[in-house]
Amino acid sequence: MIRFIKGALVTIVLLLVTGAPALAADDWGFRGLLRDGQRAPVAGATVTVSGDGGQIGQDVTDAKGRWAVIPVPGPGKYRITIKSADFSYEVTKELVDSPTTLHVQNVVVSTSDTAPAVASLTDRLAQRAVSGFNLGLLIAIAAIGLSLVFGTSRFTNFAHGESVTFGGLTGFLLAYVAGLPLLLAAAIATVLGGVFGYAQDVAFWRPLRRRGVSLVTLMIASIGISLAIRSLMQFFFGSAARSMTREDWGAVRLGPVVLPATSYAGMGISVVVLIGVGLWLTHSRIGKATRAISNNSALAATSGVDVDRIQRIVWVVAGGLAALSGVLLGVFNQVSFDMGFNLLLLMFAGVILGGLGTAFGTLAGSIVVGVCTEVLVLWIPADMKYVGGLAVLVIVLLVRPQGIFGRRERIG
Amino acid sequence: MIWESLRELITPTTAAYALAAIGLNVHFGLTGLLNFGQAGFVAVGAYGFAVSVMTFGLSAPLAIVVALLLAVVYALLLGVPTLRLRADYLAIVTIASAEIIRFALNSSAFATWTGGANGLYNEYSDWLKGSNPLPSGLLSLGPWTFTANDLWIAVVDWVVVLLVAGGIRLLVRSPWGRVLKGIREDEHAMLSLGKNVNLYKLQALVLGGVIGAAAGILYVQPTSVQPFDFATRMTFNMYTMLILGGAATVFGPILGSMIFWVVMSVTDQLVSLGVDAGLLHDVTQGSQLRFVLVGVALVLLVVFRPQGILGNRTELSFDAK
Repeated sequence: MIRFIKGALVTIVLLLVTGAPALAADDWGFRGLLRDGQRAPVAGATVTVSGDGGQIGQDVTDAKGRWAVIPVPGPGKYRITIKSADFSYEVTKELVDSPTTLHVQNVVVSTSDTAPAVASLTDRLAQRAVSGFNLGLLIAIAAIGLSLVFGTSRFTNFAHGESVTFGGLTGFLLAYVAGLPLLLAAAIATVLGGVFGYAQDVAFWRPLRRRGVSLVTLMIASIGISLAIRSLMQFFFGSAARSMTREDWGAVRLGPVVLPATSYAGMGISVVVLIGVGLWLTHSRIGKATRAISNNSALAATSGVDVDRIQRIVWVVAGGLAALSGVLLGVFNQVSFDMGFNLLLLMFAGVILGGLGTAFGTLAGSIVVGVCTEVLVLWIPADMKYVGGLAVLVIVLLVRPQGIFGRRERIG
Repeated sequence: MIWESLRELITPTTAAYALAAIGLNVHFGLTGLLNFGQAGFVAVGAYGFAVSVMTFGLSAPLAIVVALLLAVVYALLLGVPTLRLRADYLAIVTIASAEIIRFALNSSAFATWTGGANGLYNEYSDWLKGSNPLPSGLLSLGPWTFTANDLWIAVVDWVVVLLVAGGIRLLVRSPWGRVLKGIREDEHAMLSLGKNVNLYKLQALVLGGVIGAAAGILYVQPTSVQPFDFATRMTFNMYTMLILGGAATVFGPILGSMIFWVVMSVTDQLVSLGVDAGLLHDVTQGSQLRFVLVGVALVLLVVFRPQGILGNRTELSFDAK
């Protein structure tokens, strides 16, 4: 499997290097190159391209190992079969109609390749489910912050996604640009995220609370802040997605599941942090005070809880958790200026699925949303990935608006 | 330079945004519904119309009907499960659904109909251009020059905007409009008067959504259809213009849209100056700064002047506890 991944990577790199000059914009097709293990060209092999309706075109490799463009009708999945006297290879390629991909794909194959084994559905399901669990944990870490802020400050903070992006971008600066070790970068980004949360509270939310503005005002202010911060990040970072780190920890195989080692580390960190937050909420004085404010802020205040101080602490914790989630998300996927905003919508799905205002529900709901998002990619196109997670949100509200663990009175 | 920016006062984009903001005003200003996904309605209208004409070959009037009916269905889908819940839920569900729609329209899965990430070329506005009574060529209007098509589309757009605004003015003063305002001010009081609050909210959601979809049809007539246009930024721009002009007023959204686009045009030219002076990397990067400005303006407006320019603070009480 690892060999296959290496092979695939080499193919991709070759694709980039040899990058075929595009024909006229509306022509679709495949061309390619066949070589042996010593990278010498292989002539005289038959290349066949077929689609759903059977064979579409055929060519024979020339003395340089090249086969000419075999035109196909348009975007879609095609099977490419390469046969010579002692070699047979079959691969499925997809042509996608997007501005970033070529209409004519260059396919480079070596006779030392073996045909990639198509993983069985259960294997792919297992792979996707573990990835989804990973994503779910990331959603949960960020969503618990959202949920705590909702509990103590009483409004849905639409700018919470930008705290996640802040973590991702800070991690990128520290790990990729400054070249710090990934774990150290993650730790520093988390701390800075806490500072960022504190700064938001001091700059916006505390003054607004003092003015006694309404829930609706707070939510609209939060979309304004979200738009401002997101645009500022796009201003500095640009619109492209980039990788988090140059470090490569290799891939680890567990049964049918192959994931980068960084993902397992991320999951480990997530679980530890989630348990830590759970214990903090249930056992520490501040955690108990936080839950007391969520339940009844006025009663908590009369019982001697310093509501303003707890709210401030919650903003710091929420900012730190969001930043950590951003770093891990950057490792899991990539870093971009809108990574947090996209995650925010999945956080909403997780929070509502679990039941607004229940910590354990948020965790369970987030994991369900993460798994749904990743597993559905087996059946729906990857560019509609988030639709699966968001569809869960709408269905839950139709069927059981209080969520899995919520109580009915919370939603009225 | 300032004359060039003032041209935005009457462009079709300003008119389309004004119309969509009028729809949002029915939700937010009049009824107090927190719709964070008006861009979804605009997208439904734009794509509903363009796809009906280009793929299914419907005539323009029929395509308009289809697009508006789709908006009704979409509003019912959003409203039925969420309107009985707390205000947050509608906000969350509308923003999520608007993104679902945009992801789906952007996806290669439906590219046969929607064009995927490339969007759709304008092969659907012949009905409007064909009915143009203006002499062809460049026409000047005051200090500005328009092509005949642009000017004609602008005229049609503004007629639609004024007709809808007039209709809203009548509705606001009708018993129906007073019930909506009552719901905004105190839902329980309206319940105790025997009003079916959820039904009224649903009607308001449908009406505002249909107006949003109509804005979508207007929005794409002078240009092509681009899925990226319908991002959440579009909705947030509308909130900024709505609160700037005055939520819950009839002409607030129109005034807001006009000021918004003039300011955007002025800042756009400042960005170009900044690029020429070497202060900014390029225009795309500079335009991000303008959206920082929009976000900050929205926060300041909603906190310090929630009634906007035309509004009446004592009437509009979304700022009250």
